[in-house]
Amino acid sequence: MNETQNLLIGMAMGLNLLALGSSRLPSVVRAMAVQGVVLGLLPIVIEARFDWLVALVGVVTIAVKGVVIPSLLRRAMRAANIEREIEPFIGFVPSLLLGAVGTIAAVALAHELPLLPEHAGTLLVPGSLASIFTGFILLVGRVKAISQVCGYLILENGIYLFGLLLIHSTPLLVESGILLDLTVGVFVIGIIVDRIQRAFDSLDTRKLTALHE
Amino acid sequence: MRELLLVAIPLLGAGIALLWRGEWSRPLLLPVFAGLHTALVFWMLVDPPAVSPASWFGFDPIARAVLPAVSLLFLACSVYGVTYLRIRSERPNRIFVALLLAILGLLSAGHQARHLGFLWITTEAVTLAAVPLIHFNGTPRAFEATWKYLLIGGTGIALSLLGSFCLGYASLRGGGTGDLTFAALAAQGTALSRPWVLIAWVLLLVGYGTKMGLAPMHTWKPDVYGEAPGIVGAVLAGGVTTVAFTAILRVRAVVDAAGAGAVAARTLLVIGLFSMLVAAMLLLATRDFKRMLAYSSVEHMGILVIGASFGAAGTWAALFHVWGNSLAKGSLFLSAGNIRRAAGARTVDEVGGMAIVTPRSAATFVAGMFAVTACPPFGPFFSELAVLRAAFETGHTTAALLFLCGLLFVFFGLTRLVFAVVDGRPRAAAAAGSRRVRESLGVVLPAAVLLAFALWLGLATPAVLRDAWSAAVAQLFPSP
Repeated sequence: MNETQNLLIGMAMGLNLLALGSSRLPSVVRAMAVQGVVLGLLPIVIEARFDWLVALVGVVTIAVKGVVIPSLLRRAMRAANIEREIEPFIGFVPSLLLGAVGTIAAVALAHELPLLPEHAGTLLVPGSLASIFTGFILLVGRVKAISQVCGYLILENGIYLFGLLLIHSTPLLVESGILLDLTVGVFVIGIIVDRIQRAFDSLDTRKLTALHE
Repeated sequence: MRELLLVAIPLLGAGIALLWRGEWSRPLLLPVFAGLHTALVFWMLVDPPAVSPASWFGFDPIARAVLPAVSLLFLACSVYGVTYLRIRSERPNRIFVALLLAILGLLSAGHQARHLGFLWITTEAVTLAAVPLIHFNGTPRAFEATWKYLLIGGTGIALSLLGSFCLGYASLRGGGTGDLTFAALAAQGTALSRPWVLIAWVLLLVGYGTKMGLAPMHTWKPDVYGEAPGIVGAVLAGGVTTVAFTAILRVRAVVDAAGAGAVAARTLLVIGLFSMLVAAMLLLATRDFKRMLAYSSVEHMGILVIGASFGAAGTWAALFHVWGNSLAKGSLFLSAGNIRRAAGARTVDEVGGMAIVTPRSAATFVAGMFAVTACPPFGPFFSELAVLRAAFETGHTTAALLFLCGLLFVFFGLTRLVFAVVDGRPRAAAAAGSRRVRESLGVVLPAAVLLAFALWLGLATPAVLRDAWSAAVAQLFPSP
């Protein structure tokens, strides 16, 4: 059981690095979509016996993270007419290196944290920390609004991975709340991206500098 | 039943606002539903319902201690909103009215949330509901402010979710059954896994601190308060920040029970003093009187968490200060909005002599300034005095001196700006603007009434409020 689980989380961690290293926005979005599907499979794999509520969480996650959000982002990308991230704040190679260092640090850090015996052998905590770190790099290191949204989503994916630690104990209230808010959040962000486009004729957040002290 | 109505009434109002056809009559829904909410919440303040300890939702002493202040502020804002939306009749108000009412409902739910996950969901929903309100003006600057709000606020809210998970894991590791109500978490006490509790505390403080606008997570605040309509700024500064503060108080009680209370108090003190310092520095530098309000809000958030760091007496003072801040700051936001509209500009380079152009708003603006800078006999003076007393009682002399220095510099910063706006000779643009916008009763009275409440709070703090704050402190610091 742990083997499949760790394989999937390992894939998600690899996709983090792919997102960090690619300069083309469609491939970042694709990496995110695949990561969404992988994360959706996880709760189904973790559960030893079949629980339909947990399976529902997985299916909804795949639908939202793997299909709905990527297609929304692609639509925003078409509306904004951008394909590439040009001149990021943090270059692609440095961010890739940072991501790799972060991943190693996440594994080391997770080793130090007190975990329940059933979680000690899994990559859940390191995978979660690495994704959160990747999300932060994309959030601060990218210039285009869509890349920042991708960063935010990878950050959310990391938090989702952490949430899987609690999938047995917390009520599904928390789980469903995340999915709902995630959808709405991106929906709203999508509208804003659209509006920013019309107001500035560019998705370059560096041009958002009228407000400063 | 009544606690559910507190949430249901505004949400019902929001639904009706969405379906309502008359553009001109729709804003009237705001004071109607806000009035019902205020009446209900004050009835519950006087006659609180029983709350079963294990419930995850209820009008417990903490909700009782702060929710009436939010409701009162909202009522004043909603009266102001009727006139405001008629002045701004060129913009459609369907979404604005509906979301403003929805925010009231969600804030009521958030204040009454006794469950970690439910609290997070309501905070997230409030954050998202505020987005269209911030870009109500539709200018490029408003879009920029909204983008920053979403990105920074969204990250903050994500971190608070991670913090909630960590606290949940602390409970699981300590043998918990996955019951995430604050009562159940606190009951686990020192069985909670200490490293996870500390990680959770940091993440939750950063997350909800972003919502409150504590430095250094305050960077969205000046942009948003500068660009959003005054009424939205007032609701954000007096209502949304309050729910984040009560969230921090509730989490802090759990951290206290887990035996890490000293760490929590120290971090609160440091972050609070830092917020005051940053706010004072920025207030001395800024030339924009709407951004001034944001920095003043950062300062008051600092005062709240400083108060919370000084044990039971300090927390009592902080709850007192929530009221003073909501009422006085709300008044200041509304009169600043009037002045901004009449002057057509926001910096002291372009605005002056507003005492001649808009005499009534200028008067409430100056009086509101004295209220938020804690001049006697307004409420904030007495609450900050109580914070100071708690500081000396708990032996934090250095912190108390730094606190006083912060207050002094903030006073300099605010008076400098406010008198530059009010005194002098009116600029040409402002004189032309005043012919367009009259100071009708609808926009002056709400600010004046809020100020009167702030004054009343200082002169004769009602016994029922004192009791409510004491009960909330008793819930947060249960005596062994």
